[in-house]
Amino acid sequence: MEPAAPWSPERAASIISAHVGEEGALLPILHALQEAFGHIPRAAVPLVAEALNLTRAEVHGVVSFYHEFRATPPGRHVLRLCRAEACQAMGAEAVHDAVHRRLGVGWHETTADGAVTVEPVFCLGLCAVAPSGMLDGAPLGRLDAAGLAATLDLAR
Amino acid sequence: MSRVFVPRDAFALALGADAVAAALARAGFAVVRTGSRGMAWLEPMIEAETPSGRIAYGPVRAGDVAGLIAAGLATGGTHPLRLGRAEEIPFLAAQTRFTFARCGVVDPASLDDYRAHGGLRGLARALEIGPVATIAEVTTSGLRGRGGAGFPTGIKWKTVADAAGDRKYIVANADEGDSGTFADRMLMEGDPFALIEGMAIAAVAVGASKGYVYTRSEYPHAIAAFARALAAARAGGLLGADMLGSGIGFDIEQRVGAGAYICGEETSLLDSLEGKRGQVRAKPPLPAIKGLFGRPTVVNNVISLASVPFILAEGARAYHDVGFGRSRGTMPIQLAGNIRHGGLFEAGFGLTLGEIVHDIGGGTASGRKVRAVQVGGPLGAYFPEALFDTPFDYEAFAAKDGLIGHGGVVVFDDTVDMARQARFAMEFCAAESCGKCTPCRIGSVRGMEVMEQILAGRDVDANLQLIRDLCETMKFGSLCALGGFIPYPVLSALTHFPEDFRRPALAAE
Ligand SMILES: Cc1cc2nc3c(=O)[nH]c(=O)nc-3n(C[C@H](O)[C@H](O)[C@H](O)COP(=O)(O)O)c2cc1C
Ligand code: SF4
Ligand code: FES
Repeated sequence: MEPAAPWSPERAASIISAHVGEEGALLPILHALQEAFGHIPRAAVPLVAEALNLTRAEVHGVVSFYHEFRATPPGRHVLRLCRAEACQAMGAEAVHDAVHRRLGVGWHETTADGAVTVEPVFCLGLCAVAPSGMLDGAPLGRLDAAGLAATLDLAR
Repeated sequence: MSRVFVPRDAFALALGADAVAAALARAGFAVVRTGSRGMAWLEPMIEAETPSGRIAYGPVRAGDVAGLIAAGLATGGTHPLRLGRAEEIPFLAAQTRFTFARCGVVDPASLDDYRAHGGLRGLARALEIGPVATIAEVTTSGLRGRGGAGFPTGIKWKTVADAAGDRKYIVANADEGDSGTFADRMLMEGDPFALIEGMAIAAVAVGASKGYVYTRSEYPHAIAAFARALAAARAGGLLGADMLGSGIGFDIEQRVGAGAYICGEETSLLDSLEGKRGQVRAKPPLPAIKGLFGRPTVVNNVISLASVPFILAEGARAYHDVGFGRSRGTMPIQLAGNIRHGGLFEAGFGLTLGEIVHDIGGGTASGRKVRAVQVGGPLGAYFPEALFDTPFDYEAFAAKDGLIGHGGVVVFDDTVDMARQARFAMEFCAAESCGKCTPCRIGSVRGMEVMEQILAGRDVDANLQLIRDLCETMKFGSLCALGGFIPYPVLSALTHFPEDFRRPALAAE
């Protein structure tokens, strides 16, 4: 995965100004900020608010509404595991338990060495190759505990 | 150099298609990346272009490539993974592929390929017959919205066409959040120009100048495939100031969601597009009258829009002739969960649930007995085998207290614990509620707690009454179908599988 860039007000300002003229620019701006910095840094909120003529509370309200926007930087790898029904039907829960035990983290947590963040997701559209997941955006199908452990070891 | 087609659909990628494509390229094949034909259990399924047509092999792993080449892949040679011509595989041969005719066949990044396979004929006809006749054609076809509510598409378009506005919008709903569904994703990855053409026809029909596609962020490959198609459509003059030389200006922009299920609800989606929290708006006004930025707006599901090119090209009759009752045309049924032959099966409405699960899907993947089938996503009811004679049709499912929604069919075997599924429905609602109304926001949290009491075997009778009352309150006191329909999975589990709710008290009381 692309390593996230350290916070830079200049970079943030140029990201914001690239989108500011669009209709409904807030989500595209937040996506671009998260893409660059790995999360939505607190310091970015006032910059966004000013550019779009919104209050900080309004921007914060939007950031916190959407599950995808992170307030803190993730680990070097992000593992998303599907918790929805089709994956449940194929034993996803047991796979998730095994991953949590092996990595020593729960949902939304990052391993102590900063290598992997584990996030839950409700459906990846991979419901016919369940249980499914995504590692740094690469889809994974027919997950089992052993296979996933091997994939994670490779990634780390 | 021999050509070989390798899917870049997320199903195939999840099972190693990139490594297969790389191995074939290293061996000197010209690799064309396509979408998926929809047979997930055969992915990655590759097709070799041979003198006697395209011959399929699958499921292929990278390690199989050397053996396949030695067996004469380029000429369709015999090999244990050889499947023959894809169209002759029974699962595909039994389908009526109107909307997905090109998916898995064409190069989804090539507008020329789209044209060569019959694309853009629908738009050409719409331009020729004009807006009024185009809307009449869609109305006559009987097409109903494939996003879940089943509202007649032609009537929606007419409302937008008749509404006054300085600008109008076409919004494609590609938020596809329902578990067990992937038709929008497959179409956008495998035949994205069909969505573009459908939106362009809608724009001609209602007089819109701008389109948005709102794609969920969980679909990075669909987002990328659609972006490639948009670029090709602009370069090819299909989008822009002068659409195919018609003098009509229309362009499309893709926007990406941010992991909120409720943004699939159309008014919440519009708020999200406007850059706000995705909260549900009270209706009226309808989006058709006051939609995006207060302008008349068509909001349609991806599959609704992608069905339109066929209707215009082949005529409303050809579409309407297929179907069942008031459900006309075809539906991409999505077979998911614990099922042997999972994937996408496009067919006219009217197959029974039993035919879908057993005859087409081949029963469970685990080989155990089927116990429950959830149809229509997380807001859909759980059906027991006793209801397998229900035909796949909006009205027939409603009559059994269910819904077909976006066409997802999720199969569970006999190891499923239906009380836990009921608890999950409440958890899902609590996690995804937009927070606007109390029955949904608070009721779902309360429902989860009550289900936990039941799971622990505490005061089961009183708690079952409580969960029923709570479901009544949510059904009638919620502004939208998230809070309003979550009682379907809960109550259907309770009605059809009561034995799972009668639990002994846990020892550690
Ligand atoms: C909670 C909720 C989630 C929804 N999710 C979707 C979705 O992901 N995709 C979709 O097309 N429609 C979804 N809908 C239905 C839309 O509100 C709307 O009816 C649909 O986009 C209209 O398009 P159609 O007429 O072509 O179906 C959802 C509705 C609700 C209440
Ligand atoms: S039912 Fe739930 S999701 Fe729908 S508007 Fe009310 S709070 Fe929002
Ligand atoms: S339910 Fe897990 S990918 Fe759809």
